[in-house]
Amino acid sequence: MLEIDFSLLLSSIIAGAAPVLFASLGETITEKAGVLNLSIDGTILLGAMVAFAAAVETDCLLVGFAAAGVVGVLVSGVLSYFSLRLGQSQVAIGFVLTLMCRDLAYFLGNPYCRIPGPQAIPVPIPILKELPFLGVAVFSQTLPVYMSLVLIGFCWWYFYRTQWGLRMRAVGEAPDAAFARGLAPQRLQTVYALAGGFLVGLAGATISLAVKPGWGRPQGAEGTGWIALALVIFGGWHPIRVAAGAFLFSALQVAGIFMQGWFPSVPAQVLNVAPFPLMIFTLLLVNLLQKESFQRWKETQPWAAAILECLTGSPPEGLGKPYRSE
Amino acid sequence: MRSGWGRPLPAPSKSMPGMDHTRVVKRYLSDVAIAFLALFCLPSAALLIAGVSPFAAFCHLFSGVIGSWSKISHVLSAWTPLTLCACGLLYTFRINLWNIGVEGQIILGAVFATAVLRWCPSDALGRVWLMLSLLAGAGGGILWGLLAGQLKTRGGINEIFSGLGLNFAAQGLVLWLVFGPWKRLGTASMSGTEPFPAALWLPRLWDARISPTGLILLFVVAAATGLVLMGTGTGLRLKAIGSNPRAAHLYGLSRHRNMLLAMACSGGIAGLVGSLQITDVYHRLLPAISSNYGYLSLLVAMVAGYRMRWIPLASLLFACLNHGSIQLPMNLGIDSSFAGVMQGLLVLTILGLHGRHAKGR
Amino acid sequence: MLIELQNIHKDFGRVKAVNGASLTIRPGEIHGILGENGAGKSTLMKVLSGVCRESAGTIRIDGTPVNLFPPEKAASVGIGMLYQDPLDFPPLSVLENYCLGNSTTGFGATGRNETRFLEQAGRLGFQLNPRHRLNTLTLGERQQVEILRLLSLGAETLILDEPTAGLSLPQKRTLFQSLKTLAADGKSILFVSHKIAEAESLCDSITVLRRGVVIGSAAKPFETARLLSMVFGSARSMPSRKQRVAGNTVLEMAGIYGRGGRSGLIECSQSLRHGEIVGLAGLSGSARGLFLRIAAGLQPPDMGQVRLKGRTVTGKGPDVFRQEGVAFLPAGRLEEGLVPGLDITEHLMLQNAAGAAVLDRRQARKNALGKLRAFHIPAEPDWCVETLSGGNQQRLLLSLLPETPDLLLLEHPTRGLDMDAAGWVWQHLQTVCGDGAGIAFSSSDLDELLQFSDRILVFYNGRLLANRPAQDLNAQRLGQAIAGAL
Repeated sequence: MLEIDFSLLLSSIIAGAAPVLFASLGETITEKAGVLNLSIDGTILLGAMVAFAAAVETDCLLVGFAAAGVVGVLVSGVLSYFSLRLGQSQVAIGFVLTLMCRDLAYFLGNPYCRIPGPQAIPVPIPILKELPFLGVAVFSQTLPVYMSLVLIGFCWWYFYRTQWGLRMRAVGEAPDAAFARGLAPQRLQTVYALAGGFLVGLAGATISLAVKPGWGRPQGAEGTGWIALALVIFGGWHPIRVAAGAFLFSALQVAGIFMQGWFPSVPAQVLNVAPFPLMIFTLLLVNLLQKESFQRWKETQPWAAAILECLTGSPPEGLGKPYRSE
Repeated sequence: MRSGWGRPLPAPSKSMPGMDHTRVVKRYLSDVAIAFLALFCLPSAALLIAGVSPFAAFCHLFSGVIGSWSKISHVLSAWTPLTLCACGLLYTFRINLWNIGVEGQIILGAVFATAVLRWCPSDALGRVWLMLSLLAGAGGGILWGLLAGQLKTRGGINEIFSGLGLNFAAQGLVLWLVFGPWKRLGTASMSGTEPFPAALWLPRLWDARISPTGLILLFVVAAATGLVLMGTGTGLRLKAIGSNPRAAHLYGLSRHRNMLLAMACSGGIAGLVGSLQITDVYHRLLPAISSNYGYLSLLVAMVAGYRMRWIPLASLLFACLNHGSIQLPMNLGIDSSFAGVMQGLLVLTILGLHGRHAKGR
Repeated sequence: MLIELQNIHKDFGRVKAVNGASLTIRPGEIHGILGENGAGKSTLMKVLSGVCRESAGTIRIDGTPVNLFPPEKAASVGIGMLYQDPLDFPPLSVLENYCLGNSTTGFGATGRNETRFLEQAGRLGFQLNPRHRLNTLTLGERQQVEILRLLSLGAETLILDEPTAGLSLPQKRTLFQSLKTLAADGKSILFVSHKIAEAESLCDSITVLRRGVVIGSAAKPFETARLLSMVFGSARSMPSRKQRVAGNTVLEMAGIYGRGGRSGLIECSQSLRHGEIVGLAGLSGSARGLFLRIAAGLQPPDMGQVRLKGRTVTGKGPDVFRQEGVAFLPAGRLEEGLVPGLDITEHLMLQNAAGAAVLDRRQARKNALGKLRAFHIPAEPDWCVETLSGGNQQRLLLSLLPETPDLLLLEHPTRGLDMDAAGWVWQHLQTVCGDGAGIAFSSSDLDELLQFSDRILVFYNGRLLANRPAQDLNAQRLGQAIAGAL
């Protein structure tokens, strides 16, 4: 039996989850407000490249993160403009953007391939780092990782405890009702799409400056965006559940590294496939649960209803449909 | 998930009565200006950032596709799969489905074709086996397409997500096959399985890079697609359901059956492309077998406005961009993904202009 | 707050929805606005709540002329409108729906809002749990939440548009009690309805609208007969009706329960026969629509049996029904009946083309031309259906029905048609009926129901209330039945 240092294991799970957390929570915000952003996979790559390039040029990590955030805002800005203002399909625009951003990242990032660059260093928190298990696992991480953890709590608080979050959810559920209540659906949706894009950009920066430092072709961040999309659905558009999904995914990845040792012939990419069957299963479950016959069964079993309430979540009704103000 | 993710079908553009000439000319000029900005100025800016002269880059792009028979046939070898896939996608776009799973369908077609070829008992039966493998490829694509379709009709899962999931699954399948049961003697590698003997290659004319079989299939499929979609009851039914699913029952149309039909057609054609990739291009199964043609063909369909008549031209453009950019790394030291940037800008320009016109109404 | 509407006109193109209506609403009173469908009640209320701008006329509040458009303006003046279908957010909680758009923010706001909510709710006799999700509430409870929300935004005048459709008796009592409490507080309540009996029991004064004009008003105590004659007008002489002999039973419904809309369909048993025209009357509820859809096989009933020509077909899809000769015409022409983007020829081809056969466009075009002539539709076969007027779309839909159906089920067949077009439609339908088809149609036009039906079914709150031969009814009695006053 191998000697497994569980605190180090947990530490790498938490660190690995950071970019996925940024991306999936950002996308949760965007989708909760009713906008579907399929471009996040490309945005993450572009953000990663820009962050690394900016950090190399200025030798400052903060500039790198800021640049990546700006990139995320720009890409989601294009998506918002084309879909909310010009009425084009969010799926079409998002899809084109994801391919284009990936290619743009490879193209502009060419000079930065495989060169060394600045990297985030762990910043242990003074007193908490002395704790026996959690000290190593949780409190000796890099700054971006801490930020990603804080983001979970912040999202939950924003969604469910503030008036602004309530308005955001209202716009995503029923834009025409929101309009009738005096809210401005188009403006709010744009704002939240940009906010989500910002976080997605940060996800890219977290990868190229902390988790998988450097740039290359491929970088290793490919597919993170699709996984984030899957996690948003898996988590039922609820920040806590989405975060749980992100940690689960990170754990699977870490487990994958172990399994590599046991099955050297199977490439690591096979494990990246895992989130999607899970997501399809969840979607199937949600749809089956809404079928008439099941509803009636549920009414006779109150305990089942309670459990299922916890596990399922439905998409915001207005997701993907641009609001037309008449 | 609900449908209605933004219809991919563009609104029919009817000319407005009473629109005077000056407005038409102005609109045309502004369109050209926007296209110029998007397709010339923006890429030039990117090229300058990369430290390269835009003029040189565009020259190399052009020279990469014309001048020699070899270059032209290279372009054709990319044009064929793109056009075929885009034709297949017309079926699904007609009924308002986003068949993003087309990548996975190509891969499954390639897998099935490889499986059949591996069982070929002797070289003498080469021709027969090639035909079987093409059929098997189509079958593999149909299977994968129907799977996504069933997940939608029975399971209510949006075809975008099931398509994505199945793409990843197909990718995983190929990786497992290439590194597992079908691995090369010696060490397994990303360059794929053991290449097939020449008897199992589609016959070529002279030293062209593409066999006439591929081109013949292309014309047949394109003609058939045009005929079916424009001139048969099937095509009309697909259009009707895509346009107003609620009215389907009034005309005796089954939404589910027609959706599955569209997915099967689209998947079958994509699977055929996969088997062509095996028998005509790579002659072995490798993880990159689909060469991104699936996703690119979605873009081709968008640029062509989802119309059959524009697809050959659009896919030619994309194929030229693809091929023309291959030598950019060598000659100018920039990455060949510049083609992808141009292609994306092309789609955005078309969609943007379209959106502007719709708004200006 | 005294509200005066003086000589309000509202035109939509050539249609005069409101044609010179004047009305005074005093604070502390519950004022009923009665009238049939199409009388102009909803439009007048839309003007008052700021959704539409009046074409002519003045609105005064406390003597000062005001402009109430857009809705935010009306809300700022203290006018709150409760819609038939409240525009709310089902997945959010009751409290969240209550707070949305409210300006109280900051820490602890939720707690204060909750206290205020429970206080108000208790005062009005509403039993609501602020934490429950809105989509678990009944319609009556959703209305209550909306009323509380409007009050919290400072509404001094509440307009309720057909609030009792789909409410149970106890819920109705709670609502009426709460409205009386609010009136006693000095608020003005406008109760818009066609239910005469309810208006009589609730309101202090009633104004009656017919065809966009105020016919008259009355104060408590009310004379029912006078109100009825104001709402429906005096009985008109009926044209002589064709004597028809009904043939065999085509469709039989036994013990049908259907789910949908407000009230659903409750325990309905009915037969439809060849050669007979049955009119379905009732309030704009869902019961009639459900009846027709279940009869067409578009929706399976929750309980009960449907038999078609003796054969049990409960739960079988619309294909089976269609094969047996049942044809359905939906009310939503573009939403459900026609396919936007397809032209007339293509609709015809869609009807007839089987399998993957190559389409013969030329032949189809000729057929289309034939149909267009036969049905007097002024259009070319290449025109897209969405460019046709409402009336022509209806004619097109009728032309697409099978030649010799056994049973025709029509939702509002002459809605949106002018007199000529409607007359033509009925000529056609009567010919079809004479050829042996059975017809069942729903309509909100009492004259139409009385003139063309052999017998009339009246639905009220989901139940079949009455089944009478048309010659036994006149406008007054039919109106009473529909209004639930029978």
